[in-house]
Amino acid sequence: MMAARVHRYAVPPSRRDEAHAVGSGGAGGVLRTGEARGVARDVDEVTGAVRRGGEVADEAPEVVLRTDEVSRHAVRLVIVTPGGDPGIDAALPRIEPFAALPRLLRAGDLVVVNDAATLPASLAGRTAEGSVFELRLSGPVEAGRLFGVLFGPGDHRTRTEHRPPPPRVQEGDRVTIAGMAATVVSLAGRRVELVVRGDQDALWQALYDGGVPVQYAHRSDRLPLWSVQTAYAGRPWAAEMPSAGRPLTWDTVLGLRRAGIAVASLTHAAGLSSTGDDALDRALPWPERYEIPRRTVAAIGETRARGGRVIAVGTSVVRALEAAGQDGELRAGSGIATLRLDVGYRPRIVSGLVSGLHVPGESHFELLSAFAPADRLRRANVLAAQHGLSSHELGDACLIAPA
Amino acid sequence: MKIQGQGALVTGASRGLGRALAEQLAAKGARVALVAREAGPLRDVVAGIRARGGEAHAITGDIAAKQAIHAIAGQAQGLVGEIAIAIHNASTLGPTPLRLLLDTECEDLAAVLETNLVGPFRLTKVLAGAMAIRGAGVIVHVSSDAAVEPYPRWGAYGVSKAAQDHLSKILAAELDGTGVRVLAVDPGEMDTVMHAAAVPDADRATLARPTDVAARIVHMIEDDVRAPSGARLVAPRWELAT
Repeated sequence: MMAARVHRYAVPPSRRDEAHAVGSGGAGGVLRTGEARGVARDVDEVTGAVRRGGEVADEAPEVVLRTDEVSRHAVRLVIVTPGGDPGIDAALPRIEPFAALPRLLRAGDLVVVNDAATLPASLAGRTAEGSVFELRLSGPVEAGRLFGVLFGPGDHRTRTEHRPPPPRVQEGDRVTIAGMAATVVSLAGRRVELVVRGDQDALWQALYDGGVPVQYAHRSDRLPLWSVQTAYAGRPWAAEMPSAGRPLTWDTVLGLRRAGIAVASLTHAAGLSSTGDDALDRALPWPERYEIPRRTVAAIGETRARGGRVIAVGTSVVRALEAAGQDGELRAGSGIATLRLDVGYRPRIVSGLVSGLHVPGESHFELLSAFAPADRLRRANVLAAQHGLSSHELGDACLIAPA
Repeated sequence: MKIQGQGALVTGASRGLGRALAEQLAAKGARVALVAREAGPLRDVVAGIRARGGEAHAITGDIAAKQAIHAIAGQAQGLVGEIAIAIHNASTLGPTPLRLLLDTECEDLAAVLETNLVGPFRLTKVLAGAMAIRGAGVIVHVSSDAAVEPYPRWGAYGVSKAAQDHLSKILAAELDGTGVRVLAVDPGEMDTVMHAAAVPDADRATLARPTDVAARIVHMIEDDVRAPSGARLVAPRWELAT
């Protein structure tokens, strides 16, 4: 088994001020968000701008990308080709509409998506003494068990690291979550496991009556639940949206299939991307549950056998497939992904991926570097900046695929 | 489609045809999410299914409310997992006694369309994508004779059901090849609360029992040869194959 290298997922606390100073706003906080699941992403919570980590200060000045939202029907893709002669045109980055994906890939390729729906994972809580807190679910709800992170009073409009600490709770405490009686089963700092006994129907009704999607401070208005779902979302397993799939419309999915490019799915419980707590954030992403259907494993086998490419839509798909294929053989079924992906990681299953846009210094950029040389990615970002592409989580995208 | 082991969702499941469909799907081994506006009657139906050893879950929600759709779909998939069978059964006549179209308030027509057409469309939009990406699913729209025949006083309802029939056919055409089957089924005249509201003086002895109609619809779900995607089927004419 290949040992994934330990990777810096968060800006070290000692460098955090420096990281703040690099950004545009002055008082910026650093947030790891995005559709990144195998890695974190450093984003200013107020402006949404991507920040530089402290350890890359000696690198060339980065490109500044826009950070506004893009309609999912208008997303553009920067095409990055890792191999080939960098002097020839085919190896140069170019920009295409996301909807052109069917002609950007080849017959015989396979696209794999994460079909997890996004939970209303932000829930209001109250202790027996009446102190209020927020619980953010970090993964699926199973048999009445809720796993998540506690925050003090307030809401997403306050940067996570500026939120007051949650009220003190202990194992065995009775609390109220979204109006339901719950018991604290275990506690590790702000990480908590709660159990809601009794009728599961009432639990799910309360989650959807009271819960809202997890959001961060760069956007003050509330996102409705439907705005954080992909067009093929099924079971509610994700604490945050697997957003790389957001521009994948059914027109594009059916276009891919007509072009001889198969589309398969798996379910990966994409977790929280930030807690505002340095120690917790350094350990992100936490182990995440995944389930890979047999037909997806078969499709991958057939694709590889005919020399096609396996294209992951989002890093959550990379994490699930690489976790399931760690011992060399991809297995169907469910499991827990614990591996971490970084620049030194050599993918075994996945050939390329669709992702949001990321710049050097951002942890996620280093994951992309596992799929394409950093200089190619930099050149792609220069082009993206020239054409006004957005690096927002709900912005534009890139396709990194070997020729 | 084999029903054993599938996740299913039925709207309007607290009484009549919806209740019978939920009970029979559960009896065949489906995990069923039952949706209705009122919690009390729904809980009783769910309790009955559980008492007979079936798996059923109650979801309180109004299919006509835009805000409720993702909540209904999320709860259903949280409780029963992937949904392979979705039955759009909930519907409304609008105000009764039924009125001529020229006497129908515009708001009442709009409300009937919200429940009978836009609601099912929204719920399908949330559920069918996951079915199509996995390559399997059945969506059933409960239709009516009033979708085809221009019965006076059935205007709002008839218009909504005619539109839903066409919604069903267009969805079937667009999802062709994905493994998702989309059906419209006219259940015929049944002895239900809704029928009594529409035709108070009907001879109940001439009306079909919802349980018999549900059995035919369950067979249609199972029989992808005789009930192909895009079909509009009439339950009283459906021959029960064994």
